[in-house]
Amino acid sequence: MDFLSYLISGISLGSIYAIIALGYTMVYGIARMLNFAHGDVIMVGGYMSFMATTRFGWHPLLSVIFAMIICTVLGIVIEQLAYKPLRAAPSLAVLITAIGVSYLLQNAALLLWSANPKSFSSVVPFDSLRLFNGKLIISGTTIVSIFVCVIIIMTLNTIVNKTKIGKAMRAVSEDKDAAQLMGVSVNRTISITFAIGSALAAVAGVLLCSAYPILMPTTGAMPGIKAFTAAVFGGIGSIPGAFLGGILLGIIEILGKAYISTQLSDAIVFAVLIIILIVKPTGLLGKKVLVKV
Amino acid sequence: MRRLRMRSSIDNCLTYGLVIVAYVVIRLLLAGGNISYALQGQLVPITVYIVMAVSLNLTVGVLGELSLGHAGFMSIGAFSGAITATLLELLADTTSTTWIRLGFSMPWLRLSLAMLIGGIFAGIFGFLVGVPVLRLHGDYLAIVTLAFGEIIKNVMSILYVGYDANGIRVSMDSANALKLDEGGTIIVNGPMGVIGITKLSSFTAGFILILITLIIVLNLINSRAGRAIKAVRDDKIATESVGISVWRYRMMAFVISATLAGAAGALYALNYSSVVARKFDFNTSILVLVFVVLGGMGNIRGSIIAATVLTVLPEVLRAFNEYRMLTYAVILIVVMLVRNNATLQHVFRQVGARLSKSLPIRRKGGEV
Amino acid sequence: MNESISKTKMVPLPSHAIIPERDASQRPILEVYRLGINFGGLVAVEDFNIAVGRTEICGLIGPNGAGKTTIFNLLTKVYQPTSGAILLDGKDTSNMNTAQINRAGIARTFQNIRLFPSLSVEDNVKIGLHNEIGYSMATGILRLPAFYKAERRAKERVMELLDLFDMTHLASHRAGSLPYGAQRRLEFVRALATNPKLLLLDEPAAGMNPSETEELMSNIEKIRDQFQIAIMLIEHDMRLVMGICEGIAVLNYGQIIAKGTPKEIQTNPLVIEAYLGKKKGDQVC
Ligand SMILES: Nc1ncnc2c1ncn2[C@@H]1O[C@H](COP(=O)(O)OP(=O)(O)O)[C@@H](O)[C@H]1O
Ligand SMILES: [Mg+2]
Repeated sequence: MDFLSYLISGISLGSIYAIIALGYTMVYGIARMLNFAHGDVIMVGGYMSFMATTRFGWHPLLSVIFAMIICTVLGIVIEQLAYKPLRAAPSLAVLITAIGVSYLLQNAALLLWSANPKSFSSVVPFDSLRLFNGKLIISGTTIVSIFVCVIIIMTLNTIVNKTKIGKAMRAVSEDKDAAQLMGVSVNRTISITFAIGSALAAVAGVLLCSAYPILMPTTGAMPGIKAFTAAVFGGIGSIPGAFLGGILLGIIEILGKAYISTQLSDAIVFAVLIIILIVKPTGLLGKKVLVKV
Repeated sequence: MRRLRMRSSIDNCLTYGLVIVAYVVIRLLLAGGNISYALQGQLVPITVYIVMAVSLNLTVGVLGELSLGHAGFMSIGAFSGAITATLLELLADTTSTTWIRLGFSMPWLRLSLAMLIGGIFAGIFGFLVGVPVLRLHGDYLAIVTLAFGEIIKNVMSILYVGYDANGIRVSMDSANALKLDEGGTIIVNGPMGVIGITKLSSFTAGFILILITLIIVLNLINSRAGRAIKAVRDDKIATESVGISVWRYRMMAFVISATLAGAAGALYALNYSSVVARKFDFNTSILVLVFVVLGGMGNIRGSIIAATVLTVLPEVLRAFNEYRMLTYAVILIVVMLVRNNATLQHVFRQVGARLSKSLPIRRKGGEV
Repeated sequence: MNESISKTKMVPLPSHAIIPERDASQRPILEVYRLGINFGGLVAVEDFNIAVGRTEICGLIGPNGAGKTTIFNLLTKVYQPTSGAILLDGKDTSNMNTAQINRAGIARTFQNIRLFPSLSVEDNVKIGLHNEIGYSMATGILRLPAFYKAERRAKERVMELLDLFDMTHLASHRAGSLPYGAQRRLEFVRALATNPKLLLLDEPAAGMNPSETEELMSNIEKIRDQFQIAIMLIEHDMRLVMGICEGIAVLNYGQIIAKGTPKEIQTNPLVIEAYLGKKKGDQVC
């Protein structure tokens, strides 16, 4: 029964990773950049929802929408100010800039909200589910996380494969120049991708803080890096890959914590990242690209 | 071409000159009692960060790969160096052999050996980490160095090392698991890090380490191996096509960089009575990266100046302290944007033709 | 790669375009048997056979996308062949990587120039001399006498090589700041600096005007005579190809459709067809 309960927590945590990983995987697939600040957008989403419920006394659902709007705007602003001027720059410069943005968000949050952890009250109104005479308890947040994740993945998959903007995204990820020549606005497509990723980050932020109710300026950093690991695990650029990678990583982390070592649980996740990148850098569902010379 | 060669050697002389003059001036100020107590406490850290920045510049600026785990190598050096120094001291106290007792009771010898061992251990780790890491490039390489840095931090936080009559004991579990004798000493105590360190570091030792670092890095850059490393940065396929093993020179740069960071870590640890693994986290790696970026990637003298200024500034400008990290973030973004965007470069040049002369972010002296 | 050498050895020498008489007594510097590669579903090169004489200048022509550059990439192991064998100076190269291939004697230039743009012209050539310079890392760091001696000799050698193309005055310039033609020449010099037995030139005259091309032609012949090496070149400029190549192989859709002397190629109906009936001597593609 313990194992089952760990497994379910793993899937729940993995669902949150999957939602974050979508932001990484779409941006990487389309703009070919590692948006290091993505994890910190999660943190901003958490604070926004927190402020909306505690300061303004809004309904939790409204606070989620508020957080999504703010994060979407934030994502677009970051993209326009920091990343867009670097379209032609070497990837080293883009990554350093993204690290700078990540630091900027964290430290701005530190000045705004101080380092004191805020205790976040879950936005999920349901009670826990008790099964097998109370031997297995599944929290409402767990159920909602999994449910929301599945819905988001299915919606995004439809958007990417069935709509016009989805077609533009696929075209840009395949070949930027060719897409531009065919009349696709590359800049607009990249901006929309950032907007979607950031809105999802807000959702992930709220779910993460509902599950682990401690909100700090650094709250998003670790989950961000882990979700990137999930994106790589599943195959960067692939939406089903982000889902698969997120769930697997969540399970690995929770089981590692339970059966190997609590202190080393982060180290285990990082070891997974290293092993995947060395053994199969294209991930589980990614495709291989050969550099033309 | 003779001009170019001469310019590069004049440039190197300037770098050495700057370091030596700065050392002499600070010594004189110290003797005159003109340096505040707080700033005196920063002298060794400044030298440590200079060595960290110069060594990271070898990877980021000269080899062209972003390492986000440089603090991990500093950690390895700090732990192995501090353990070495403590063991040598215990050995000097307990041995009956006269020359060992006399030799190891000399602080400078223990410090030198500690830095040497710290460097060697970090270098070995650099190699071991480099084998998988250097199969990757770009973003993936960067994120894997970050991962290794975090793994090192996590593992160091559960490390226990003790010493008693039966020798050295190591455990990953708890201090009790070391099962030390009555008179045993705990050297590394898990999350509390290395404890009971005898402070051996000094400003002069740091100065000497900087000189050694400069000799290694500057001479390497301006030699056959250094040219190959720069070739790898510019174009890997072209480098292979002229018969140079890309793997070999990437590894060389990576290991030398790790070794120097290890020596700096040992110097750092031996400046305090205890040192914890948490100190060498991602933030420290980024801090050193900020020095490299602000000083100019590939610009060794720039790294030295940036490391010094950004370590001293929070001490002299109290108000700056609060906005310190925010400033670092802005530095990373602005320097990258100005360096890599043609429009911004143009604007920047027009606005601050005079101003920019005094800023180190322009590509100039010490460039390789 | 996949075919074992023992098997390929039984195959007779690949039919070559034409090996000049002066080279006929010696084993060809390059023998390629049934070389092939595919990318996913695309067969980029198939059943490619050729032999190149020791001091031959040999041309590889064909429409865009025919697979010419891919052949250079296979010969230098930038791509791994899916089939076939490559013998350099009679030695099997299947276990060598790009760097080892160069040390074994093949140097090349790239269709899309690949210099070390942030380094000086002098350093670019010195990097070509890397294996000849040969002192150790420690010698460099400790500045032992061997360092100064080797660097001085390297410098002289760089100037000699640059002088072949009248480029000595550019030695201290940044390679990336050179005009296009000079970059192409520098890549040529860098390849030559590695002391090859076979030099592969990928579209050396691209972007050059007629007088520059004229000069390049005489330079290629001069270098072949002076260094006594074989040169294989890909080129679209038919005046250059017909003017200096002794043997020519024509590629279309990854396969050789004709081999022979310039005269034979010019009158070959298959070749004319491949170039869509363009008149001989025209610029193709
Ligand atoms: N790395 C690669 N991946 C996929 N296809 C490639 C690759 N390199 C070359 N090709 C394909 O192989 C064919 C031959 O290309 P290439 O050798 O460059 O032709 P060319 O004769 O013009 O030099 C082309 O269709 C090209 O698209
Ligand atoms: Mg080509």
